[in-house]
Amino acid sequence: MSIRVGKTSKAPDFPIAAVTALENAQLRQNVHHATEVIRNKRALRVRETADWQELRNAAHDIKQHTLKHLDHYLIEFERNCQQAGGTVHWARDADEANAIAIGLIQQYGGEEVIKVKTMTSDEVQMNVALEKAGITPHETDLADMIVQLGEDEPSHIVVPALHKNRFEIRDIFRKKMSLPHLTAEPEALAGAARQYLRERFMRVKIGISGANFAIAETGSVCVVESEGNGRMCVTLPDVLITLVGIEKIIPTFQDLEVFLQLLPRSATGERMNPYNSLWTGVRKGDGPQAFHVILLDNGRTKLMHSEMERETLDCIRCGACLNACPVYRETGGHAYGSIYSGPIGAILSPQLNSLQYSRTLPFASSLCGACYEVCPVKINIPEILIHLRGRVVRDDQKTISGTFSQMNLAMKGAALVFGSRRRYEAAQRLGRMGQKLFEKNGQLEHLPGMAGGWTRFRDLRPLPKQAFRDWWKAREAARPSPESEPRP
Amino acid sequence: MQIALFVACYNDTLFPQTGIAVTNVLERLGHTVTFPLQQTCCGQMHYNTGFHREAAPIVRRFVQTFANEEVVCVPSSSCVAMMREHYEMIAEAENDPAFLADVRALLPRIFELSELLVNYLGVEDVGASFPHSVAYHPSCHSVRVLHLGDKPIRLLHAVNGLKLIDIPNKEQCCGFGGTFAVKNPDVSGAMLAEKQANILSTGAEVVTAVDNSCLMHIYGGLHRASSQVRTLHLAEILASQERAQ
Repeated sequence: MSIRVGKTSKAPDFPIAAVTALENAQLRQNVHHATEVIRNKRALRVRETADWQELRNAAHDIKQHTLKHLDHYLIEFERNCQQAGGTVHWARDADEANAIAIGLIQQYGGEEVIKVKTMTSDEVQMNVALEKAGITPHETDLADMIVQLGEDEPSHIVVPALHKNRFEIRDIFRKKMSLPHLTAEPEALAGAARQYLRERFMRVKIGISGANFAIAETGSVCVVESEGNGRMCVTLPDVLITLVGIEKIIPTFQDLEVFLQLLPRSATGERMNPYNSLWTGVRKGDGPQAFHVILLDNGRTKLMHSEMERETLDCIRCGACLNACPVYRETGGHAYGSIYSGPIGAILSPQLNSLQYSRTLPFASSLCGACYEVCPVKINIPEILIHLRGRVVRDDQKTISGTFSQMNLAMKGAALVFGSRRRYEAAQRLGRMGQKLFEKNGQLEHLPGMAGGWTRFRDLRPLPKQAFRDWWKAREAARPSPESEPRP
Repeated sequence: MQIALFVACYNDTLFPQTGIAVTNVLERLGHTVTFPLQQTCCGQMHYNTGFHREAAPIVRRFVQTFANEEVVCVPSSSCVAMMREHYEMIAEAENDPAFLADVRALLPRIFELSELLVNYLGVEDVGASFPHSVAYHPSCHSVRVLHLGDKPIRLLHAVNGLKLIDIPNKEQCCGFGGTFAVKNPDVSGAMLAEKQANILSTGAEVVTAVDNSCLMHIYGGLHRASSQVRTLHLAEILASQERAQ
């Protein structure tokens, strides 16, 4: 599968990719089970947090404030990080980020790297770039490792291998770790992974991480995780390179109190992550002796000018919207054609990348609002989806094929009909006549064109003989009005 | 009290019995119902599909039609959601202060049916009788935009002879989503299949909601599967005077 966020945007459109996903019963079963487990755990944790709504509001305010003054906070972060012994690099796009990373790895003489918690590196397709440069990347987050060894793509923001069950994972490990007798017991799988990873933790001298938060006030970076593999990656190597999307900045250390309550509860249904790693620059004799931060734009500043679009950058990548989404539930993440899947992916991918590569993503939602309800930073995802739909439609209308598309003609026609009582009532009469062509056994079972999408799965009752307004008019006519009463 | 009915374009055209039921319930409670014939659509289909320029005149027409009404009743939560979520934004984009002022003045006077009955009129028992088992589908917009809470449930509880059954995972979307159902028919169909199975597991004779759009979708799936379960708008149950045999 190619990745839509990034330069090679060859992923199929969502409705087509979704069909492939829907046909995979195992995948759907895995996704149903995994999302339900996390969703229920999350709900439990949220219910016991009395000030949940206040926390959401606070997070939203902090994020919006930071994004409005991002230039200021980025510079503050750079200054404080460098003062503490780190080096800050600025990357406009994927190519620059990869070139900086490769340059650093070569400068330190590395041929392989251990990586953890960096979806942003997937966004820039860093592994592909590293391999091209002769550098071997080893993913060390368990799920990322499964995805990498399976030559697969992540399907969830927090649980990248959510689409795999333990039997499928066993098969991958058997093949890639040369363990032909490995069983699918969780203990056996964890043991195999541990052995495989530890060997790499001890050997590889350069680490690459992402960041959940970058704190302007102190120049610190924060990564939260469940396994401890992240802790290994950010403490054991001699050199640490951290790739940070510029929207990950928060102003102060104290702001963490809000986000570290919201993130674990939303992401995995835990009160606190098992591992919360925070580091500031370089400390002699303790941890990596060289620390580099790459601050990545890659389309993010495009979202700054519009208040609505900017809200997308509030995202703290908790994945709660994926677990809540009834569309994601049926399709899993791959159908979204981007490492950012689910509702947040449907708004993030089209905005980070050019909208033309993801025209169908803003429509990949029934606008049920479950995503907005669970979002810990209150991103109004349905509203942004509708906004992006507007951009797609207006772009389409500038082209000939778009102007004459069934959808555009139908919508233009409907707008005319709704514009006048006379046309509206005529359309009701016309509909009643026209449907006779398709009526069978008192039902509409096969409709042509776009409407065929409906009748593939659903019947439709034909229009009744009398619209409500016809009933109303008949009733009014039968009612004796004051004028028609005989005058004395 | 005089109550203006905005029946919604799809109810007007496809589900006249819902409008008739609303009229009957409100008149039975002693109110006068009016139906301004200039009304057509709230603009939701256009707006939610991204046809924002095309939606604006439809919204304008709605506001003009109902601007002078004291109270407007809408038996469709998604239309009310459209009004509350987007009308101000649309008027602001039109750069027309008078239009925006009209929108702001009208919005507080618009009520979804169960809001009107329970909150505004303070009625829960509307004198209905319906001796059947009923599953209530809490539609997405009614739950997550209007926050109707238990208002429809309280109305149903007060119906004579009615046995209310809970649908498992009830707040999950049925997969309709307006043009989503035709733009993503396969995903929509898969979502419907889940909803359908959950409804059938209740053994209820009737499934109800405050939106005929969801019910049209659910009916379409149930009928295709040759199920005998009926779909009825909440208003039709509230209008019912059916006695147990």
